[in-house]
Amino acid sequence: MKLAYFPGCTVKAQAPQFEASALAVARVLGVELVEPANWQCCGAVYPLATDNLLPLASPYRTLMAAAKAGLDVTTLCSACHNVLKRTAHRLQTDAEVRAKLEAFTEEPWQPVRVRHLLEVIRDEFGWEALAGRAQRRLSLRLAPYYGCLLLRPAEVMAFDDPERPRVLHQLCAALGAEPVSSPYEAECCGAFLTLADARASLAAARNIIAAARGRGAQAIVTSCPLCHFNLDARQAELAADGQPLPVLYFTQVLAQALGLSDDCCQFDLHYADPAPRFAGESGGGNG
Amino acid sequence: MRLSRDEVARAFVQRIEELSEERVLTCYQCGKCSAGCPMVEFMDRPPHQVIRLVQLGQEQAALAAEAPWYCAACHSCASRCPRGTDLSRVMEALRSVALRAGRPRLDWNKLPPEVLARLPQQAFVSGARKLT
Repeated sequence: MKLAYFPGCTVKAQAPQFEASALAVARVLGVELVEPANWQCCGAVYPLATDNLLPLASPYRTLMAAAKAGLDVTTLCSACHNVLKRTAHRLQTDAEVRAKLEAFTEEPWQPVRVRHLLEVIRDEFGWEALAGRAQRRLSLRLAPYYGCLLLRPAEVMAFDDPERPRVLHQLCAALGAEPVSSPYEAECCGAFLTLADARASLAAARNIIAAARGRGAQAIVTSCPLCHFNLDARQAELAADGQPLPVLYFTQVLAQALGLSDDCCQFDLHYADPAPRFAGESGGGNG
Repeated sequence: MRLSRDEVARAFVQRIEELSEERVLTCYQCGKCSAGCPMVEFMDRPPHQVIRLVQLGQEQAALAAEAPWYCAACHSCASRCPRGTDLSRVMEALRSVALRAGRPRLDWNKLPPEVLARLPQQAFVSGARKLT
Protein backbone atom coordinates (compact mmCIF):
# COMPACT_ATOMS: atom_id res chain seq x y z
CA MET A 1 0.00 0.00 0.00
CA LYS A 2 1.35 3.39 -1.05
CA LEU A 3 0.25 6.77 0.29
CA ALA A 4 1.32 10.38 -0.05
CA TYR A 5 2.57 11.38 3.39
CA PHE A 6 2.19 15.00 4.46
CA PRO A 7 4.43 15.63 7.49
CA GLY A 8 3.58 19.25 8.29
CA CYS A 9 5.71 21.89 9.96
CA THR A 10 5.73 20.88 13.60
CA VAL A 11 6.31 17.18 12.98
CA LYS A 12 9.38 18.06 10.92
CA ALA A 13 10.74 20.75 13.21
CA GLN A 14 9.78 19.83 16.75
CA ALA A 15 8.40 16.32 16.85
CA PRO A 16 10.99 14.18 15.02
CA GLN A 17 10.10 11.27 17.33
CA PHE A 18 6.54 11.33 15.99
CA GLU A 19 7.78 11.07 12.41
CA ALA A 20 10.58 8.56 13.05
CA SER A 21 8.28 6.21 14.95
CA ALA A 22 5.52 6.59 12.33
CA LEU A 23 7.88 5.82 9.46
CA ALA A 24 9.30 2.80 11.27
CA VAL A 25 5.81 1.48 12.04
CA ALA A 26 4.62 2.05 8.47
CA ARG A 27 7.62 0.13 7.15
CA VAL A 28 6.83 -2.87 9.32
CA LEU A 29 3.16 -2.76 8.36
CA GLY A 30 4.03 -2.60 4.67
CA VAL A 31 2.71 0.91 4.07
CA GLU A 32 4.89 2.92 1.73
CA LEU A 33 4.80 6.59 2.68
CA VAL A 34 5.94 8.96 -0.06
CA GLU A 35 6.69 12.48 1.06
CA PRO A 36 5.82 14.88 -1.77
CA ALA A 37 8.59 17.20 -2.89
CA ASN A 38 8.06 20.88 -2.12
CA TRP A 39 5.12 20.43 0.23
CA GLN A 40 3.94 23.58 1.93
CA CYS A 41 2.60 24.25 5.41
CA CYS A 42 -1.12 23.42 5.60
CA GLY A 43 -1.82 26.66 7.46
CA ALA A 44 -2.37 24.91 10.81
CA VAL A 45 -5.99 26.04 11.14
CA TYR A 46 -8.81 25.74 8.64
CA PRO A 47 -10.19 29.20 7.77
CA LEU A 48 -13.68 29.45 9.28
CA ALA A 49 -14.77 32.76 7.76
CA THR A 50 -16.63 31.92 4.58
CA ASP A 51 -14.91 34.50 2.38
CA ASN A 52 -11.39 33.73 3.59
CA LEU A 53 -10.24 31.56 0.71
CA LEU A 54 -6.56 32.35 0.34
CA PRO A 55 -5.49 30.02 3.19
CA LEU A 56 -6.96 27.16 1.14
CA ALA A 57 -4.38 27.62 -1.62
CA SER A 58 -1.54 25.92 0.21
CA PRO A 59 -3.45 22.77 1.24
CA TYR A 60 -4.97 22.76 -2.27
CA ARG A 61 -1.51 22.52 -3.83
CA THR A 62 -0.49 19.78 -1.43
CA LEU A 63 -3.63 17.80 -2.23
CA MET A 64 -3.16 18.23 -5.97
CA ALA A 65 0.46 17.09 -5.83
CA ALA A 66 -0.79 13.82 -4.32
CA ALA A 67 -3.72 13.53 -6.73
CA LYS A 68 -1.40 13.95 -9.70
CA ALA A 69 0.71 11.10 -8.37
CA GLY A 70 -2.49 9.07 -8.06
CA LEU A 71 -2.14 8.70 -4.30
CA ASP A 72 -4.39 9.12 -1.29
CA VAL A 73 -3.03 11.42 1.39
CA THR A 74 -2.17 10.54 4.95
CA THR A 75 -0.83 12.62 7.79
CA LEU A 76 0.13 12.20 11.45
CA CYS A 77 -0.71 15.57 12.92
CA SER A 78 -4.30 16.16 14.02
CA ALA A 79 -4.20 19.75 12.77
CA CYS A 80 -2.82 18.93 9.31
CA HIS A 81 -5.39 16.17 9.10
CA ASN A 82 -8.16 18.62 9.97
CA VAL A 83 -7.05 21.26 7.45
CA LEU A 84 -6.38 18.84 4.58
CA LYS A 85 -9.58 16.89 5.07
CA ARG A 86 -11.75 19.98 5.37
CA THR A 87 -10.11 21.56 2.33
CA ALA A 88 -10.72 18.42 0.28
CA HIS A 89 -14.33 18.34 1.46
CA ARG A 90 -14.91 22.03 0.68
CA LEU A 91 -13.38 21.77 -2.78
CA GLN A 92 -15.38 18.66 -3.52
CA THR A 93 -18.71 20.14 -2.43
CA ASP A 94 -18.50 23.86 -3.24
CA ALA A 95 -18.29 24.59 -6.97
CA GLU A 96 -17.84 28.33 -6.52
CA VAL A 97 -14.83 27.94 -4.22
CA ARG A 98 -13.45 25.24 -6.52
CA ALA A 99 -13.58 27.59 -9.53
CA LYS A 100 -11.82 30.34 -7.60
CA LEU A 101 -9.05 28.07 -6.33
CA GLU A 102 -8.57 26.51 -9.75
CA ALA A 103 -8.17 29.97 -11.27
CA PHE A 104 -5.83 31.12 -8.52
CA THR A 105 -3.56 28.08 -8.44
CA GLU A 106 -3.85 27.39 -12.18
CA GLU A 107 -4.40 23.74 -11.38
CA PRO A 108 -7.60 21.82 -12.00
CA TRP A 109 -9.16 20.17 -8.96
CA GLN A 110 -9.14 16.40 -8.70
CA PRO A 111 -10.91 14.45 -5.97
CA VAL A 112 -8.49 13.18 -3.37
CA ARG A 113 -8.94 11.13 -0.24
CA VAL A 114 -7.37 12.27 3.04
CA ARG A 115 -7.00 9.95 6.01
CA HIS A 116 -5.19 10.21 9.30
CA LEU A 117 -2.67 7.40 9.83
CA LEU A 118 -4.86 6.11 12.68
CA GLU A 119 -7.71 5.77 10.21
CA VAL A 120 -5.49 3.96 7.73
CA ILE A 121 -4.37 1.47 10.37
CA ARG A 122 -7.91 0.91 11.64
CA ASP A 123 -9.50 0.59 8.20
CA GLU A 124 -6.77 -1.15 6.22
CA PHE A 125 -5.47 -3.54 8.85
CA GLY A 126 -8.05 -3.72 11.60
CA TRP A 127 -7.32 -4.22 15.27
CA GLU A 128 -7.10 -8.00 15.19
CA ALA A 129 -4.50 -8.01 12.43
CA LEU A 130 -2.58 -5.33 14.27
CA ALA A 131 -2.68 -7.38 17.49
CA GLY A 132 -1.31 -10.29 15.47
CA ARG A 133 1.69 -8.22 14.44
CA ALA A 134 2.57 -7.18 17.99
CA GLN A 135 5.83 -8.59 19.31
CA ARG A 136 4.93 -7.86 22.88
CA ARG A 137 1.85 -6.93 24.83
CA LEU A 138 2.00 -3.61 26.60
CA SER A 139 0.79 -4.16 30.13
CA LEU A 140 0.24 -0.47 30.70
CA ARG A 141 -2.69 1.72 31.59
CA LEU A 142 -2.84 4.32 28.81
CA ALA A 143 -5.15 7.33 28.68
CA PRO A 144 -6.13 8.12 25.07
CA TYR A 145 -6.28 11.86 24.46
CA TYR A 146 -8.13 12.92 21.32
CA GLY A 147 -8.29 16.70 21.69
CA CYS A 148 -10.28 18.74 19.22
CA LEU A 149 -9.03 18.60 15.65
CA LEU A 150 -8.85 14.86 15.15
CA LEU A 151 -12.60 14.43 15.57
CA ARG A 152 -14.43 17.67 14.90
CA PRO A 153 -16.39 18.70 12.97
CA ALA A 154 -17.54 15.09 12.95
CA GLU A 155 -19.58 15.35 9.73
CA VAL A 156 -16.43 16.24 7.78
CA MET A 157 -13.83 14.30 9.75
CA ALA A 158 -16.08 11.22 9.46
CA PHE A 159 -13.65 9.48 11.76
CA ASP A 160 -15.08 8.65 15.13
CA ASP A 161 -17.78 9.70 17.59
CA PRO A 162 -16.74 13.20 18.74
CA GLU A 163 -18.37 12.75 22.15
CA ARG A 164 -17.27 9.20 22.82
CA PRO A 165 -14.31 8.51 20.59
CA ARG A 166 -12.85 5.01 20.53
CA VAL A 167 -10.11 4.73 17.91
CA LEU A 168 -7.19 5.32 20.30
CA HIS A 169 -8.86 3.13 22.92
CA GLN A 170 -9.06 0.33 20.37
CA LEU A 171 -5.46 0.82 19.33
CA CYS A 172 -4.24 0.61 22.94
CA ALA A 173 -6.42 -2.43 23.68
CA ALA A 174 -5.22 -4.23 20.53
CA LEU A 175 -1.65 -3.85 21.77
CA GLY A 176 -2.44 -5.30 25.18
CA ALA A 177 -2.65 -2.01 27.06
CA GLU A 178 -5.61 -1.05 29.19
CA PRO A 179 -7.26 2.12 27.84
CA VAL A 180 -8.19 4.54 30.63
CA SER A 181 -11.13 6.78 29.79
CA SER A 182 -11.35 10.31 31.12
CA PRO A 183 -13.98 13.04 30.85
CA TYR A 184 -11.32 15.32 29.37
CA GLU A 185 -10.20 12.94 26.62
CA ALA A 186 -11.88 14.91 23.80
CA GLU A 187 -11.57 18.33 25.35
CA CYS A 188 -9.31 20.94 23.75
CA CYS A 189 -5.84 21.51 25.26
CA GLY A 190 -6.02 25.24 24.56
CA ALA A 191 -4.14 24.81 21.29
CA PHE A 192 -2.63 28.07 20.01
CA LEU A 193 -3.84 30.00 23.06
CA THR A 194 -0.57 28.80 24.55
CA LEU A 195 0.83 31.72 22.54
CA ALA A 196 -1.67 34.42 23.47
CA ASP A 197 -2.43 33.55 27.09
CA ALA A 198 -0.28 30.83 28.55
CA ARG A 199 -2.56 30.55 31.61
CA ALA A 200 -5.49 29.35 29.52
CA SER A 201 -3.77 26.39 27.89
CA LEU A 202 -2.00 25.51 31.14
CA ALA A 203 -5.35 25.31 32.93
CA ALA A 204 -6.69 23.03 30.20
CA ALA A 205 -3.55 20.87 30.36
CA ARG A 206 -3.83 20.62 34.15
CA ASN A 207 -7.41 19.29 33.90
CA ILE A 208 -6.51 16.78 31.20
CA ILE A 209 -3.43 15.49 33.03
CA ALA A 210 -5.08 15.40 36.47
CA ALA A 211 -8.07 13.47 35.10
CA ALA A 212 -5.80 10.87 33.49
CA ARG A 213 -3.52 10.60 36.51
CA GLY A 214 -6.47 10.34 38.90
CA ARG A 215 -7.77 7.35 36.96
CA GLY A 216 -4.49 5.54 37.24
CA ALA A 217 -3.10 6.17 33.77
CA GLN A 218 0.63 5.58 33.38
CA ALA A 219 0.84 7.70 30.24
CA ILE A 220 -1.31 9.78 27.90
CA VAL A 221 -1.50 8.94 24.18
CA THR A 222 -2.00 11.67 21.58
CA SER A 223 -1.77 12.30 17.83
CA CYS A 224 -1.04 16.03 17.83
CA PRO A 225 2.29 17.82 18.31
CA LEU A 226 0.62 20.94 19.70
CA CYS A 227 -1.30 18.86 22.26
CA HIS A 228 2.02 17.17 23.02
CA PHE A 229 3.66 20.52 23.67
CA ASN A 230 0.84 21.72 25.89
CA LEU A 231 0.63 18.45 27.82
CA ASP A 232 4.26 17.36 27.99
CA ALA A 233 6.67 20.31 27.63
CA ARG A 234 4.46 22.57 29.69
CA GLN A 235 4.16 19.98 32.45
CA ALA A 236 7.34 21.55 33.77
CA GLU A 237 5.04 24.32 35.00
CA LEU A 238 2.80 21.79 36.75
CA ALA A 239 5.54 20.09 38.75
CA ALA A 240 3.70 20.79 42.01
CA ASP A 241 0.76 18.66 40.87
CA GLY A 242 2.63 15.36 41.16
CA GLN A 243 4.96 13.02 39.35
CA PRO A 244 5.25 13.92 35.66
CA LEU A 245 2.93 11.87 33.48
CA PRO A 246 4.53 10.85 30.17
CA VAL A 247 2.75 11.81 26.95
CA LEU A 248 3.24 9.43 24.03
CA TYR A 249 2.50 9.73 20.36
CA PHE A 250 0.35 6.81 19.25
CA THR A 251 3.11 5.84 16.84
CA GLN A 252 5.55 5.42 19.73
CA VAL A 253 3.07 3.07 21.42
CA LEU A 254 2.86 1.12 18.16
CA ALA A 255 6.64 1.06 17.76
CA GLN A 256 7.06 -0.35 21.27
CA ALA A 257 4.42 -3.03 20.74
CA LEU A 258 5.80 -3.98 17.33
CA GLY A 259 9.18 -4.52 18.93
CA LEU A 260 10.95 -1.73 17.03
CA SER A 261 14.15 -0.19 18.25
CA ASP A 262 13.91 2.51 20.91
CA ASP A 263 15.90 4.75 18.57
CA CYS A 264 12.80 5.66 16.60
CA CYS A 265 10.96 6.73 19.76
CA GLN A 266 13.55 9.27 20.89
CA PHE A 267 12.14 9.43 24.41
CA ASP A 268 14.95 11.80 25.37
CA LEU A 269 13.02 14.57 23.62
CA HIS A 270 10.18 14.33 26.16
CA TYR A 271 9.88 16.29 29.37
CA ALA A 272 8.26 13.40 31.23
CA ASP A 273 10.40 10.39 30.31
CA PRO A 274 8.28 7.50 29.01
CA ALA A 275 11.23 5.05 28.85
CA PRO A 276 10.75 3.56 32.35
CA ARG A 277 7.16 2.66 31.41
CA PHE A 278 8.48 0.29 28.78
CA ALA A 279 11.45 -1.04 30.70
CA GLY A 280 11.05 -4.60 31.90
CA GLU A 281 8.07 -5.24 29.65
CA SER A 282 7.86 -8.95 28.95
CA GLY A 283 8.35 -10.05 25.37
CA GLY A 284 6.46 -12.73 23.57
CA GLY A 285 2.95 -11.41 23.17
CA ASN A 286 0.63 -13.17 20.82
CA GLY A 287 2.49 -12.36 17.62
CA MET B 1 -30.03 47.46 28.12
CA ARG B 2 -32.10 49.69 25.89
CA LEU B 3 -32.86 48.32 22.47
CA SER B 4 -34.14 50.07 19.38
CA ARG B 5 -35.72 48.49 16.34
CA ASP B 6 -33.03 49.96 14.08
CA GLU B 7 -30.27 48.54 16.17
CA VAL B 8 -31.73 45.06 16.29
CA ALA B 9 -32.32 45.02 12.53
CA ARG B 10 -28.88 46.37 11.78
CA ALA B 11 -26.61 45.02 9.11
CA PHE B 12 -24.27 43.67 11.81
CA VAL B 13 -26.27 40.47 12.37
CA GLN B 14 -26.37 39.87 8.63
CA ARG B 15 -22.65 40.47 8.31
CA ILE B 16 -21.87 37.95 11.04
CA GLU B 17 -24.28 35.42 9.52
CA GLU B 18 -22.71 35.93 6.10
CA LEU B 19 -19.13 35.67 7.30
CA SER B 20 -19.79 32.61 9.43
CA GLU B 21 -22.41 31.01 7.20
CA GLU B 22 -24.15 30.10 10.44
CA ARG B 23 -27.61 31.06 11.65
CA VAL B 24 -27.25 33.25 14.70
CA LEU B 25 -30.90 34.22 15.01
CA THR B 26 -32.12 30.66 15.57
CA CYS B 27 -30.19 30.36 18.85
CA TYR B 28 -32.61 29.99 21.78
CA GLN B 29 -30.01 30.54 24.48
CA CYS B 30 -29.94 27.10 26.03
CA GLY B 31 -26.34 27.66 27.09
CA LYS B 32 -25.04 24.24 26.11
CA CYS B 33 -22.11 25.87 24.27
CA SER B 34 -21.08 27.74 27.39
CA ALA B 35 -21.50 24.68 29.61
CA GLY B 36 -19.06 22.67 27.52
CA CYS B 37 -16.60 25.37 26.49
CA PRO B 38 -13.09 24.49 27.71
CA MET B 39 -12.08 28.15 27.75
CA VAL B 40 -15.19 29.67 29.34
CA GLU B 41 -13.47 30.42 32.64
CA PHE B 42 -11.14 32.83 30.85
CA MET B 43 -13.88 34.61 28.92
CA ASP B 44 -15.47 37.82 30.14
CA ARG B 45 -18.81 36.58 28.87
CA PRO B 46 -19.84 33.00 28.20
CA PRO B 47 -20.27 32.17 24.49
CA HIS B 48 -24.08 32.10 24.52
CA GLN B 49 -24.11 35.71 25.75
CA VAL B 50 -21.91 36.76 22.85
CA ILE B 51 -24.45 35.20 20.49
CA ARG B 52 -27.21 37.10 22.29
CA LEU B 53 -25.37 40.38 21.77
CA VAL B 54 -25.10 39.64 18.06
CA GLN B 55 -28.77 38.71 17.89
CA LEU B 56 -29.65 42.05 19.45
CA GLY B 57 -27.42 43.98 17.07
CA GLN B 58 -25.09 45.11 19.85
CA GLU B 59 -22.11 45.52 17.58
CA GLN B 60 -19.88 47.47 19.94
CA ALA B 61 -20.44 45.19 22.90
CA ALA B 62 -20.01 42.05 20.81
CA LEU B 63 -16.76 43.30 19.29
CA ALA B 64 -15.48 44.49 22.66
CA ALA B 65 -16.00 41.06 24.22
CA GLU B 66 -12.88 39.10 25.15
CA ALA B 67 -14.62 35.79 24.54
CA PRO B 68 -13.91 35.42 20.79
CA TRP B 69 -10.18 35.77 21.47
CA TYR B 70 -10.30 32.87 23.90
CA CYS B 71 -12.17 30.61 21.51
CA ALA B 72 -9.71 27.89 20.49
CA ALA B 73 -11.98 26.84 17.60
CA CYS B 74 -12.26 23.33 19.04
CA HIS B 75 -15.86 22.91 17.82
CA SER B 76 -17.07 21.31 21.08
CA CYS B 77 -19.97 23.78 21.07
CA ALA B 78 -20.71 22.96 17.44
CA SER B 79 -20.93 19.24 18.07
CA ARG B 80 -23.44 19.82 20.91
CA CYS B 81 -25.60 22.72 19.68
CA PRO B 82 -29.26 21.62 19.45
CA ARG B 83 -29.79 24.24 16.74
CA GLY B 84 -26.89 23.02 14.66
CA THR B 85 -25.01 26.30 14.88
CA ASP B 86 -21.24 26.13 14.74
CA LEU B 87 -20.35 28.78 17.26
CA SER B 88 -16.64 28.47 16.42
CA ARG B 89 -17.48 30.02 13.08
CA VAL B 90 -19.45 32.85 14.68
CA MET B 91 -16.46 33.57 16.91
CA GLU B 92 -14.21 33.59 13.83
CA ALA B 93 -16.58 36.04 12.13
CA LEU B 94 -16.33 38.37 15.14
CA ARG B 95 -12.55 38.08 15.17
CA SER B 96 -12.48 38.73 11.43
CA VAL B 97 -14.50 41.93 11.76
CA ALA B 98 -12.07 43.23 14.38
CA LEU B 99 -8.95 42.09 12.52
CA ARG B 100 -10.11 43.51 9.22
CA ALA B 101 -10.73 46.83 10.94
CA GLY B 102 -7.04 46.80 11.80
CA ARG B 103 -7.26 45.66 15.41
CA PRO B 104 -4.90 42.71 15.83
CA ARG B 105 -5.05 40.86 19.13
CA LEU B 106 -1.46 39.77 19.22
CA ASP B 107 1.65 41.94 19.04
CA TRP B 108 4.55 39.73 18.00
CA ASN B 109 7.04 42.29 19.25
CA LYS B 110 5.71 41.93 22.77
CA LEU B 111 6.21 38.17 22.98
CA PRO B 112 9.17 37.32 25.22
CA PRO B 113 12.11 35.73 23.35
CA GLU B 114 11.94 32.60 25.52
CA VAL B 115 8.35 32.06 24.40
CA LEU B 116 9.32 32.55 20.77
CA ALA B 117 12.16 30.09 21.16
CA ARG B 118 10.24 27.15 22.55
CA LEU B 119 6.73 27.24 21.08
CA PRO B 120 5.88 24.82 18.28
CA GLN B 121 5.53 26.13 14.74
CA GLN B 122 1.89 25.08 14.78
CA ALA B 123 1.16 27.54 17.60
CA PHE B 124 2.75 30.40 15.65
CA VAL B 125 0.96 29.69 12.41
CA SER B 126 -2.42 29.19 14.12
CA GLY B 127 -1.88 32.25 16.29
CA ALA B 128 -1.00 34.36 13.26
CA ARG B 129 -4.12 33.15 11.47
CA LYS B 130 -6.49 33.61 14.39
CA LEU B 131 -5.13 36.60 16.25
CA THR B 132 -3.50 38.94 13.73
